[in-house]
Amino acid sequence: MVMLYLSAIVLLPLAAILAESTSEGTGTFWSQVTGPQAVAALKLTVICSLIVVVINAVTGTLIAWVLVRDEFRGKKLLNAIIDLPFALPTIVAGITLLTLYGNESPVGIDVAFTRVAVVFALLFVTLPFVVRAVQPVLLELDHEVEEAAASLGASGPTIFRRVVFPNLLPGLLAGVALAFARALGEFGSLVLISGNIPFQTEVASVLIRGQIENNNMAGAAAVSVVLLVASLVLVGCVTLLQRWGSRRDR
Amino acid sequence: MIGSSTASRLTLRTVALAYLGVLLIAPVGLIFYRTFEHGLSAPFEAMTTPDALHAFQLTLITVAIAVPLNAIFGVGCALILVRQRFRGRGLINAVIDLPFAISPVVIGLSLILVYGQTGWFGDWLAEHGIRIIFSTPGIVMACIFVSLPFTVREVMPVLQEIGTEQEQAASTLGANPWQTFWRVTLPSIRWGVGYGVVLTTARVLGEFGAVTIVSGNITGQTQTLPLFVESQYRNFNITGAYAAAIVLALVAFATLFAMNRFKPKEGT
Repeated sequence: MVMLYLSAIVLLPLAAILAESTSEGTGTFWSQVTGPQAVAALKLTVICSLIVVVINAVTGTLIAWVLVRDEFRGKKLLNAIIDLPFALPTIVAGITLLTLYGNESPVGIDVAFTRVAVVFALLFVTLPFVVRAVQPVLLELDHEVEEAAASLGASGPTIFRRVVFPNLLPGLLAGVALAFARALGEFGSLVLISGNIPFQTEVASVLIRGQIENNNMAGAAAVSVVLLVASLVLVGCVTLLQRWGSRRDR
Repeated sequence: MIGSSTASRLTLRTVALAYLGVLLIAPVGLIFYRTFEHGLSAPFEAMTTPDALHAFQLTLITVAIAVPLNAIFGVGCALILVRQRFRGRGLINAVIDLPFAISPVVIGLSLILVYGQTGWFGDWLAEHGIRIIFSTPGIVMACIFVSLPFTVREVMPVLQEIGTEQEQAASTLGANPWQTFWRVTLPSIRWGVGYGVVLTTARVLGEFGAVTIVSGNITGQTQTLPLFVESQYRNFNITGAYAAAIVLALVAFATLFAMNRFKPKEGT
């Protein structure tokens, strides 16, 4: 039963994408994936996602640090709010950002239909990944090692770099990989705020939607396969990183 | 210990709060303000138009079908993955996580290619008069696909933790497997199932990308609440878009509240 459900809902459809992408020969697959519009969209998607995960790695670690090591009023509320981007529907996330940073912005910042908006929307939807990956590791970290380092004369930044950071690394990288996977495929929060301008702000998922609407199923499937392979690789990375992380614990 | 000096701690706190303020809190606060700045009547009227009510209804139907199915599948799949050893177990375990990593648009396309008019089962379905794509079944399938992992992933660790001793005791005392499941296993995993159901419901309610591809997005027919938000916004009916967005945002806040209530006790 489990296999049947899984096959009907997940496996068969994914197999259909692979079949469709090469239905007109591998030559067509390559020409679809290397067409100028597809290359531009894929390039934009990858570059924006990379920028986003680098920012996330820094801010996510910082937020996790503040949530674990700092004490202030409203901390519990703040901790709960971190998950809001996961709970909030993506289309609502997009409209929410447009309200403050669109053409009717009350603070005069209008980034709608630009690449900045793409990065901004991706930062919003991927916010919790690194925080939630780093937070549990920080919580379990033994203070004594840091205190020992301090008593031996190590400065704050040195302790972070030499003692804390190596422990955080597996979790941090797993969070980064998950955020990267999410950013590569993100759609809902981008459709309104990015403007979907080909060669400028059109990301891969929006391009695929356009190809489906134009009934270019082979093209849509070809670009989908590229995203699919990236997802598979990233899921594999996360599994390996989690194993690495749990080995460190022992 | 680092970060113990007051100055550095305050700096880190300020930077973190400023980042969250700019990215998260200010935009969400503003959309609430914008929706209600002229009172309650305009958003209320926008939410009671026939199209809005239909979108509401369709969303609830989708939740009513997709969430129980995924809950049953989730518990069954978790039981198999934790308690049984068989060939292909590793494969299933890996496949379960895929829906989280795959773009919703790709998920929508994959369903069209199997169940659409020109898809693998297209002719057979047409012969039997079954319509999946551009109709409610397709929307439900898309929602099941995207929210598949939640219950499995919440129930698996609980099952691992409780072990099999109590179940073995129950069967020694003469309980059949069905009784053992209802009386022993299910009560001990109920919080995990509850947490998984909360996450699944939130995702199904708010799913946009996969649904927009398979539904055809026909106003008053195959438009769920998130699709209604988009179409209202594109038609310059900002009041309607904001009102529906607020309804979804309130559900998201309720989800957060439930998550904090039911969260398995670990850390903060």
